[in-house]
Amino acid sequence: MSKTVLLIEDEPNIIEAISFLLSRDGWSVHTHSNGLTALDAVAERQPDLIVLDVMLPGRSGYEILKDIRRARDTEQTPVLMLTARGQMKDRELALEAGANTFMTKPFANAEMLDAVRALAGA
Amino acid sequence: MRGHASAGTRIRERRIAKGLRQATLAAEIGISASYLNLIEHNRRRIGGKLLQALAQRLEVESSLLSEGAEQAVVARLSSVAERFGEEGGAADATEFATRFPAWANLVIRAARRVDDLERSVETLTDRLTHDPHLAATLHEVLSTVTSIRATASILQDTKEIEPEWRDRFHRNINEDAARLTDGAEALVGFLDGVDDAQSEVSSPQEEFTNFLSAYGWHFPAIEAQRSGAADSYLKGAPQLSSSSAQAIAERYLACYEDDARKMPLVQFQQAMQVQGGDPLKLAQEFSVDTAGVLRRIATLPDSTAGLIVCDASGTLVLRKPVEGFPVPRFGASCPLWPLFQALSRPMTTLSAQLNLPTRSGVGDSHFHTYATAQPVLSLGYGREPLLEATMLILPQDGPDTSEPAFPVGPSCRVCPRDACAARREPSIMTSGF
Repeated sequence: MSKTVLLIEDEPNIIEAISFLLSRDGWSVHTHSNGLTALDAVAERQPDLIVLDVMLPGRSGYEILKDIRRARDTEQTPVLMLTARGQMKDRELALEAGANTFMTKPFANAEMLDAVRALAGA
Repeated sequence: MRGHASAGTRIRERRIAKGLRQATLAAEIGISASYLNLIEHNRRRIGGKLLQALAQRLEVESSLLSEGAEQAVVARLSSVAERFGEEGGAADATEFATRFPAWANLVIRAARRVDDLERSVETLTDRLTHDPHLAATLHEVLSTVTSIRATASILQDTKEIEPEWRDRFHRNINEDAARLTDGAEALVGFLDGVDDAQSEVSSPQEEFTNFLSAYGWHFPAIEAQRSGAADSYLKGAPQLSSSSAQAIAERYLACYEDDARKMPLVQFQQAMQVQGGDPLKLAQEFSVDTAGVLRRIATLPDSTAGLIVCDASGTLVLRKPVEGFPVPRFGASCPLWPLFQALSRPMTTLSAQLNLPTRSGVGDSHFHTYATAQPVLSLGYGREPLLEATMLILPQDGPDTSEPAFPVGPSCRVCPRDACAARREPSIMTSGF
């Protein structure tokens, strides 16, 4: 059975591209677009890995990640954070919130696949 | 006023040198010719905005009119020397100004230019860092570029791709290209306005502030309690282009009207003289809250006082600027301001002397402040009311050694106080751009 990834991102075309990319790599991909209900989606899907955007409608990815880390079921779930910002402080904020790794948009597809594979093997 | 006895003479000399008729100059600055005549014959004191207006029209530093060229040049040279960390003192400045008057004026003009440029840099940095519209546009552009890059790579790298996926990705790229065009145009529009740092307006709050500035923060028709006065100011105000700004201004003028009714202008000005400008005594005399008195002092005709109001979240909702006390247009300000301390001590009036770093970081500017927080909205039984804090900022000529002074800053990002315990982020003023 393939591993599941939950992609929490609000840009429809990015969702399609990443979903296609990860599906072709053997992942079962679920998607969610709303920051306010993202935790419900995490609880429902119990994914093996989460790809989480920082800028989401309703709630920031940092806040969502902090709650993911507080929940016993998901405290160890690998999380890859995506952001449109590339400043050092954003990287620090992501890692402080509990991200396993951090990628800045725009990214190369190969880079994304490498990061996801590395987290899955971790 | 120092040197007032000859200020009128200087104005007269300057006017004649510029070839202006007395009546023409008077009309241009909005006073009667007879009043200007009295000023020019040193029979009326002059200062504040009127002096500024005359100086601007006569194309001369206001201090040159009020204090005389020599004193003003020496004082300004000393200030420039101090600012750039040069030792010298008044004797050197006097000698320099006397022996090389043209060079002395050049130094002063250059220092003024540095001031203007630093102010522009500060404003632009503030905007580029905190402007919500710029941040949103950049986010949109980066997201779109991400989508295009990821999709184009898939089309390029995937050898066998189903036709429906290929068509979908082509459509997505087409959509994203259109979005990218819009985003790029928005960015160009923003950057086109960057060279005019002062005029670019990007929020209802700024429109509102510009509206108040256009009237000098004083509304004579409301003071005179004319019927429909507030509406007459609001109607067609060119500064209030958005409905949000109009709503903010309407609320503000209603509050102004209330203050003016409770503290009529003439009585308030008389009481200011009697009470020495003490806000608590004034509040008692007029049976009003202290915040109202602070607002009233800041909006008197030609008042040089600054005023800042924040809501319970610390968001600044009113900014009346005062020279030497910069208030960020976006983002957070200095957490050490009494304005914010007042929020934790509602209904208490805080009085504090503050030192702010000068623009160059050499030396401090000195201010006395009064701050208070009071409820503005009840949230229901058993709930704390919503608070609003108000701070009056009074410029001082120098430090008042009879009371302690607290070092504060404008905002961490442009504050040179490296060792401040309240610092949130490094300063660009110390780490450089």
